[in-house]
Amino acid sequence: MKSKLKPVKLSAKRVVVATNHAVVPLRERRLNFGDKWNYAPAPEDSKNYVIAPRHELFIGGKFVQPHSQKYFPSINPATEEKLTEISFADATDVDQAVKSARRAYEKVWSRMPGRERGKYLYRIARIIQEKARELAVLETMDGGKTIKESRDVDLPLVAAHFFYYAGWADKLKYAFPGKTPSPLGVAGQIIPWNFPLLMAAWKIAPALACGNTVVLKPAETTSITALRLAQIFQEAELPEGVVNIVTGAGETGAALVNHPDVNKIAFTGSTEVGKRIAQLVAGTKKKLTLELGGKAANILFEDAPIDQAIEGVVNGIYFNQGHVCCAGSRLFVQEGIYKTVIKKLRDRIQTLRVGNPLDKNTDIGAINSRPQLEKIRELVQSGVDEGAELNQSSCSLPAKGFWFPPTFLTGVTHAHRVANEEIFGPVLSVMTFRTPEEAFERANNIPYGLSAGVWTDKGSKIFKMVNKLRAGVVWANTYNKFDPTSPFGGYKESGFGREGGLHGLAAYCRLD
Amino acid sequence: MVEERAASFGKRSIKTSAKLAGLKLAVSMCDLTTLEGKDTPGKVAYLCRKALQPIEAKYDVPSCAAVCVYPNMVKYARKFLGDVSPVNIAAVATGFPSGQYPLRTKLEEVRRTVADGADEIDMVIDRCAFLAGDHAKVFDEIAATKEACGPAHLKVILETGELVTYDNVRLASEIAMQAGGDFIKTSTGKVSPAATMPVTLVMLEAIRDYFFATGIRIGMKPAGGIRTSKQALAYLVMVKETLGDDWLNPQLFRFGASTLVNDVLMQIVKNVEGNYQGADYFSLP
Repeated sequence: MKSKLKPVKLSAKRVVVATNHAVVPLRERRLNFGDKWNYAPAPEDSKNYVIAPRHELFIGGKFVQPHSQKYFPSINPATEEKLTEISFADATDVDQAVKSARRAYEKVWSRMPGRERGKYLYRIARIIQEKARELAVLETMDGGKTIKESRDVDLPLVAAHFFYYAGWADKLKYAFPGKTPSPLGVAGQIIPWNFPLLMAAWKIAPALACGNTVVLKPAETTSITALRLAQIFQEAELPEGVVNIVTGAGETGAALVNHPDVNKIAFTGSTEVGKRIAQLVAGTKKKLTLELGGKAANILFEDAPIDQAIEGVVNGIYFNQGHVCCAGSRLFVQEGIYKTVIKKLRDRIQTLRVGNPLDKNTDIGAINSRPQLEKIRELVQSGVDEGAELNQSSCSLPAKGFWFPPTFLTGVTHAHRVANEEIFGPVLSVMTFRTPEEAFERANNIPYGLSAGVWTDKGSKIFKMVNKLRAGVVWANTYNKFDPTSPFGGYKESGFGREGGLHGLAAYCRLD
Repeated sequence: MVEERAASFGKRSIKTSAKLAGLKLAVSMCDLTTLEGKDTPGKVAYLCRKALQPIEAKYDVPSCAAVCVYPNMVKYARKFLGDVSPVNIAAVATGFPSGQYPLRTKLEEVRRTVADGADEIDMVIDRCAFLAGDHAKVFDEIAATKEACGPAHLKVILETGELVTYDNVRLASEIAMQAGGDFIKTSTGKVSPAATMPVTLVMLEAIRDYFFATGIRIGMKPAGGIRTSKQALAYLVMVKETLGDDWLNPQLFRFGASTLVNDVLMQIVKNVEGNYQGADYFSLP
């Protein structure tokens, strides 16, 4: 570090320091995000958290070997190193799990007073808080998301969901005045890999609060934290069989959906699989909620605070590497501010730090799996082939692992694949509009309808847009805000049913 | 989103070599300040000596950017530092801190202070005029003060704690830059809240947009309330990630602070020696 200021001689006697007042020519007016002051690596310590070499199924309160004796590897997507082996549950295992859940439902859980169920949920929530750091590290190693997000977003929300629904367990009658809520029975729950533990919490907490028992199937690539949660259930002395966890791939999920003794299926995942599940469940008595894909519009008006909106846009698409069903993956910019927005966005993505997800300074972690990375690459290539312009951060990517730099495509039109298909990666498609009417028409011109964002300083415009947008959640002047009290769910092909809040409770009750 | 973004800079984990480099940079950006009615030539001498050499030479810590004093103290500081010094003399002026004085006396004060040897003038804007909606008056006063400064550099104190809203801060920043300020500065230190991360972020964004529009790089000085190394590092992270490397130097970024330096020195020594030293090992400014 240079210690002396550069003195500029002004007169014989006096010396002052001059600011560089030379006017920089227009084309050189660039911000220089170089390496003048590099942050040293700041990795979260993971040595103390041991991952067992093999993970069994969790059925009837115990860890049991799979009937097939088959296991598959679970890898760290940031290093491609094998972390452990996960059991492959077949139809026999699923049947055991459902039987165990049924027994627990009939004999224990549905008979237990709500205030007692609530105590278990509170206990689980507290243990999660105590073990939050460990769970965050495991989540990051298993899924590739940054420690910053698993520590500051995922884990606090996981605990918050258990706390929130614990509070409802003894107050169900007050949740639904004039009704007599009763549990549904055994709930089969299938969750995705983008928020493994959080999705488990979203599904398990309301189900248990209402007196249902659960068979949960985590995603193939992210089972470790769900099974760690199973240990927490043991520690909390949750009665055997109230929650069962069967790991595996699509076949395991299909066996669960098809099981005749399941009363309710809750699925979060792709629209493609959601449609198949809806077909399988059709004609049965099973209740169904689906939380599927999205292609959210983030709408940026001329009168918005642009720098703040840029933060919302960046959070909207690059949060969790864009592996977010409600990601703001389509950006609609009013034409008058288009150039400014693009310039600011280019600068902003240059400051995003991509790399080791365990480093506390990393903003963008690893893509969850190789197939997902290939899907992202293929879609981005299609965008370029169809004539869109590629804007990417010039950051360097680690040699091993699955990575994709923060990217946005400009010159996108509605006829592009990247304007219509869910990319589920750190890729934003930028389009323009002229009037509010055009904005909501374009935003709604898609089979999805999970979420949207509106940026304007004008309150009346917000209300107008919110009422016109066909999306389950509309954020105004913010994005990706989650709270257990707030319902979440989609319109159109983004699914049906709501999770979170009272609505999320209703999805696990029979209301007579 | 301003608060969220500002908070995100504080979450950067600055360790080991980055921490040491950042802390030394912070010292080099300090305007070591004493602004009290009880200031005397003796106190100003203490301050100047501390600014020249904040700690023993073996720690290789740079001198501070400037000392910041009241106009009457400028001549003593000049006497102590001599005509050529790595440490600049900054003086608050224009009826600091309230600014509730006639323009004529404010300009006279500025001229005399520069004549006494000030390298930099930290003026206050007329918040009375700003909040009453007379933005042109605010502009004219800054422009007149800039003229009165002559060769001295002008820092424009917005007193953001009195402007309250981000919209006001942004507008006042734009007025100050267009009127000829070389630096924009958050606060006098006499009003609470003084500098905050979100307010500084709004001002840095205004500086960036002004740079894009005009090609002129304006400096930034948060002042008041920055007391710890951790805070200082968070500010540096904010500068680095908002304006880039070109602003990471004392020509374009300053801290207005009095107690910050010793906390930073304590951390530097800890980083070098491996353990903390007691407060008595660090000289008072």
